[in-house]
Amino acid sequence: MEMEVEKEQTEGADEGVELGVEKKVRVKVLLFARARELAGGSEFDLSVADGSTTADCVAELTTRFAALEVMRESIVVALNFNYITDPVEVKDGDELAIIPPISGG
Amino acid sequence: MGEMDEEDVVMRRISKLKKESVREEMVSRFARIRKEAREFREQLAFQEREEEAENADIVAGCKSDLDGEAQCREPEGQQFTKNTKQKEGDLKSQDPEAKKQEDRRLGSCGMENGSCAAGVFSSGHSMGADFIRRYSRQLLVPSFGVSGQKKLSESAILIVGMGGLGSPISSYLAASGVGRLGLVDSDVVELSNLHRQIIHTEAFIGQPKVSSAASACLALNSSILVKEHGRGLNAANAVEIISQYDVVVDATDNIPSRYLISDACVATAKPLVSGAALGLEGQLSVYNHKSGPCYRCLFPVPPPPGTRQRCSDNGVLGVVPGIIGTLQALEAIKLASGFGETLSSRMLLLDAFSTRIHMVKLRGRSPNCFACGDAPQISAANLHEFDYERFTESTLSEEGPKAQELIPVNDRLSSAELKKLLESGKPHVLLDVRDSHEYVISSLPSSLNIPLSLLKERLSVLQSAVDSVVSFPDNPQEKEYPGLQDVGSSKEECSSVVPSRENTSIYVVCRRGNDSQKAVQFLRSEGFSSAVDVVGGLESWAKDVDERFPFY
Ligand SMILES: [Zn+2]
Repeated sequence: MEMEVEKEQTEGADEGVELGVEKKVRVKVLLFARARELAGGSEFDLSVADGSTTADCVAELTTRFAALEVMRESIVVALNFNYITDPVEVKDGDELAIIPPISGG
Repeated sequence: MGEMDEEDVVMRRISKLKKESVREEMVSRFARIRKEAREFREQLAFQEREEEAENADIVAGCKSDLDGEAQCREPEGQQFTKNTKQKEGDLKSQDPEAKKQEDRRLGSCGMENGSCAAGVFSSGHSMGADFIRRYSRQLLVPSFGVSGQKKLSESAILIVGMGGLGSPISSYLAASGVGRLGLVDSDVVELSNLHRQIIHTEAFIGQPKVSSAASACLALNSSILVKEHGRGLNAANAVEIISQYDVVVDATDNIPSRYLISDACVATAKPLVSGAALGLEGQLSVYNHKSGPCYRCLFPVPPPPGTRQRCSDNGVLGVVPGIIGTLQALEAIKLASGFGETLSSRMLLLDAFSTRIHMVKLRGRSPNCFACGDAPQISAANLHEFDYERFTESTLSEEGPKAQELIPVNDRLSSAELKKLLESGKPHVLLDVRDSHEYVISSLPSSLNIPLSLLKERLSVLQSAVDSVVSFPDNPQEKEYPGLQDVGSSKEECSSVVPSRENTSIYVVCRRGNDSQKAVQFLRSEGFSSAVDVVGGLESWAKDVDERFPFY
């Protein structure tokens, strides 16, 4: 499993500002169906630069899991369980769900 | 020894004959019940229509699905009058006790002319006693009650797919008293269906799923009408079939059907309850209802073929479609009877592994949607021209991936050639590149399992297998296949021949012969020039070499 699990606590991010280090935002990524299979897990934390959008997060995910890129157009993306189509800025603690369709029955 | 064998053979034959006769009896019994129930219902419906004509004022304002029914049954009109007559005669000739039983079975209140027909009643009439008894627990639910039950028994619901989802959907909809059920499927019942497709029984293996499901539905509730659409749904017939119903339930197992059904529902303005299940996950939503989105609004582009998962590859725990299908039945009942809040503009995600349910809030319909947007491209008039199979690059059935040809066939082995080579005693390594959870189900004797995804990092394992290869005459036909049915296979007697990299072949197999080609390409690039794979993989072995191989 190649995903990095971010272990630092939120205090790390706050200190970062004082130290002049780029502030990071931590987003909880929830994966479903094929995305879960590709990533080898159902959820993990993703650290992105402050001011990043949902589109940046998805771009980061498709770099990590290349196979996700080819199905980018067929995935429902939800921020805090609200379906989104246009990029939205993410905040610390947000939940980003990646939902490819399943068709089995 | 010989006697024992003979006795064994005789016993087996007897048991087989018994099974066959039980099955035959069940099939014919179900067929009889179905036929009788249909005739009786048609009689009731006919009388109901006559009554309606007389009491037009009573039924005014009461949306009648009987009109639709009359339409879809038009060609059978002649036949049905005849059947009704015959049925009346049959009933008269029966003795009172048998007739009482018959009435109970048919859910009528014992009146021959069926004037207090169960399941169908007009406003102003009292409900039949059996009707009240049958649905009493539902009638007692305050928000559903009499009006919900009434609307339900006047509604027509189409269920597309009689599989793992369709099983609980059709069972619950039949039991709950939906007036008319349409069942769509073109497949036959198979043994590998039964762990999840619980509406079908062993007796129906090899029979069309629609007949099996219709029998089960009518066995649950003979007071409803069930129509079988055994040819399946396609672009040519979708609009015509769907327009005969009020609510559509998508219980299919493939992507083109999902787009087809959604489009046809948009074109005919029918709400769609769409469910899917795979592995340990489920998805569910209500599309094309009120201002909610359609399937295309959410998934305008079908996922590329290589990224799709199928029950036949990824597996599915039987209860998962059971849960999703049951929820689909709930949504369909709400839509048909007009109570409660549906899943329109919401998507339910089931994670059966950790028993979690997530709800995703969706948007309304997309103005850019190809099917339901401001400038829709699909209508009832042109839907039949749309090529769903080409659009989704797959067929309207849950078919496996197309056989790839990464390596020319003449540079590969057939399963029969593999068998000869294994028997020849030529030094070799038999490499199986399936995932280990598949390998443990069943495998060829003396094979080495290195999953394709791990081949790169475990190349040394293969190398040492090649280095230490021993040759022995191998006759897989005379051995048990390792795996779940393994009864403790004995160690092979090996007669050593001096091995070398030059004379050691690597035969690569997988389930269907696609991954094995990728493995061979990789192995050859790593210097294993003698690697060769088997066309059609273990599927071909089971089909062409040894049907005893437990293919899954
Ligand atoms: Zn749409």
